[in-house]
Parts: sequence; C-alpha cells; structure tokens
Amino acid sequence: MIYLRLFYEFFKTGLFAVGGGMATLPFLKAIGESTGWYTYSDLLNMLAVSESTPGPIGINMATYVGFTVAGFPGALVATLGEVTPCIIIILIVAAVLKSFRNNPYVDRAFYGLRPASAGLIGAAALAVVLEVLLRCSIYFEEGALLAGGLHRSGGVHIWGVALAVVLYVLTNHVKVTKKLHPIVFIIASAVIGVVFRFAGV
Amino acid sequence: MKELIELFTAFARVGVMTFGGGYAMLPILQRELVENRGWVEDEELMDYFAIGQCTPGIIAVNTATFIGQKRKGILGGIAASLGVVFPSLVIITLLAGLISNFAHLPWVKNAFAGIQVCVCVLIFNATVKLLKKAVIDRKTAGIFLLVLLGSTLLDLSPVVFVVLSAFAGIWLKGKEASA
Repeated sequence: MIYLRLFYEFFKTGLFAVGGGMATLPFLKAIGESTGWYTYSDLLNMLAVSESTPGPIGINMATYVGFTVAGFPGALVATLGEVTPCIIIILIVAAVLKSFRNNPYVDRAFYGLRPASAGLIGAAALAVVLEVLLRCSIYFEEGALLAGGLHRSGGVHIWGVALAVVLYVLTNHVKVTKKLHPIVFIIASAVIGVVFRFAGV
Repeated sequence: MKELIELFTAFARVGVMTFGGGYAMLPILQRELVENRGWVEDEELMDYFAIGQCTPGIIAVNTATFIGQKRKGILGGIAASLGVVFPSLVIITLLAGLISNFAHLPWVKNAFAGIQVCVCVLIFNATVKLLKKAVIDRKTAGIFLLVLLGSTLLDLSPVVFVVLSAFAGIWLKGKEASA
C-alpha cells in the first residue's frame, strides 16, 4: 500500500524535522534513497520549484514529492502525513504552554537539536555540491553501515562552479542583491543554464 | 462552522501570500491576523511564531495550529492548518503535472541544470544561517560536526541523529546546570 508508506514516511518527517522547511530536506533525501521513488537530483528540482511558488517550502516539497510518487492522491497523503504530527504536537504544547516554556528539559533538548539540524542540512548541502558541481557521489555497499567510497559520474562542472561562486557572492556580499528573493537567482540560473547548455543537450 | 470556515480561508490567504516560508511569513501573519482581524496581539503572535520554530515540523503549520486552537479549540487548529496547506496542494499539483509534460525538452533540461547550481548555493546559505544560530559554543560545534560527518559517512536515518542529539543536549546542559 503505497499511500500508507507515504503517510508513514512523511509523518516521520513532520515529527523529527526541526527548524522549518529546509530541515525536511535531509529526511526527503533519505526517503528517496530507501524507497527508490526519486533521485536526489529529482528532489533538487522539486526544491527549486517549491522555493519559486507561493506557500511554505516544507509543504510545497511534501506536496511535490507526494505527487511525483503517486499523483494527486499521493500529494494529499504526503502533505497530510507531514502536518499531522505538527498539529498534534502544537495542540499538546498549547495545552501546557506555561510549563512547556519553563521546562528545563525542553530547553536542554533544543540546545542539542539545533546544531544537529544544522549538521543534517550541512550534509545535504555537501551531497548537493558533490553531485552537481563535482559530479560525484558517496556510495554504500549493500548492508554496510559505513560509506564504501566515492563514485564519479563525470569531470568537475567548471561553469557550474563559476556560477555558484558568483551566486554565493551576490547572495551574501553584495548589498543590492543579497536581500533579493531566491526566485530571482533561480530564474537567472535557469536562463544561464539554457544559454550555456548546462545539461549538455 | 462559520468561524471554522473563516479560519480556513484566513490561513489559505496567508499560505498563498507566503513566498519562501519561515521569516517571510511573519509580516503577512501580522497584517492578516493582528491588523485586519484582531484575532491575536502582536506579542502573542511573536510567541507562537517562536514556539513554532523550536517545535518539530513546518513553522507555518505550527503557527496556524496555535492560532486556530486559541479561537476554536482542536477543530479550529485543524481548520487553520488545512487552510495554510491548501494553496500549496493546488498550485504544486498543477505545476508538477505541467513540468512533467515538458521535462523531456532539451531547454527544460538545461534550465534545471542551471537551477541546480543555484539550489547548491541556496542550501549552502541555509546551512550557514542555521549554523550561526545553533553553534554557540564548543559543545554545539561538536554536535554539528559529529552529525555532519555521521550523516555523510554512515547509512543511518536522520531520525537517529535527531533523537541522539536531543538526549546529548539534555545530558550536556544538565551537567552544566548541576556543576
């Protein structure tokens, strides 16, 4: 039953992803790897579309992934799966709001959770840099816990690296452009991709 | 019933006007809920938003549930949350169908290859931003590095790292408090 599996996977994502939309990325990556429903490259395209359309990124991604896996019913099931734990947790927290905010254990848990969430997204960032710019990926042997090694699928994407450096500078160090919405950079990159044939076709 | 529908439509409006999620949503929530409808006070909204950020799940949904349940109990929380996700369901479904029809065209492939480079930078920027807020001392830096390396080199679910780091936080901070 693919819908049950979808609901379960997205329920888990909603329950454990701390820190908003981008924090769901490592979970969605893991779902793709364990089920074979989509590749990391597919997921990156979905992320770009999710950032460029109205709506919270986390919900857009859940809808998109669900749709990719099982059409509109899949989109509905994945999205409901992801929001169900949010609703339950907040209803509980709202009932005990005062004691939740003053609870030392909650505070201490988040002291550990925040850097872990950054670490998980950092690993997703590392994987995307490896795949898109350096065209290689880390592979695992069947059943092995530790990574087997690096798999190369092509040479370094030199024009991609150049574009990435320019985008990094524009989004972080140029006063006029760093406040712009990501959609501006996404559209510009699409145009550059078409003009310079980034996919080589 | 009327109030539930009102909650649903108010949050559907918030959903459709939110572009990018997270902090981009705050001014829209302020205009829709505080100024236009007077459902919550500014400080209250900030509190909900802050708690929404530090509980698991999607911040927009968390905030919606909070305000919905405050006005109309559990059903209100559900109505508001469904409202905030409704526009995404419609828009993304339409778009996803459209894109899959054109995905085989060379220019679409090239465009997405360009976009992927941009996504690299966006995810990298998101990591750095989170890093600055989360890594505040040596211990948090240690947790960050361990999770980064572990999640890259080990074939483990992210859930494992989340659960372990919550316990690590309780243990490390608890030691500090009792010392």
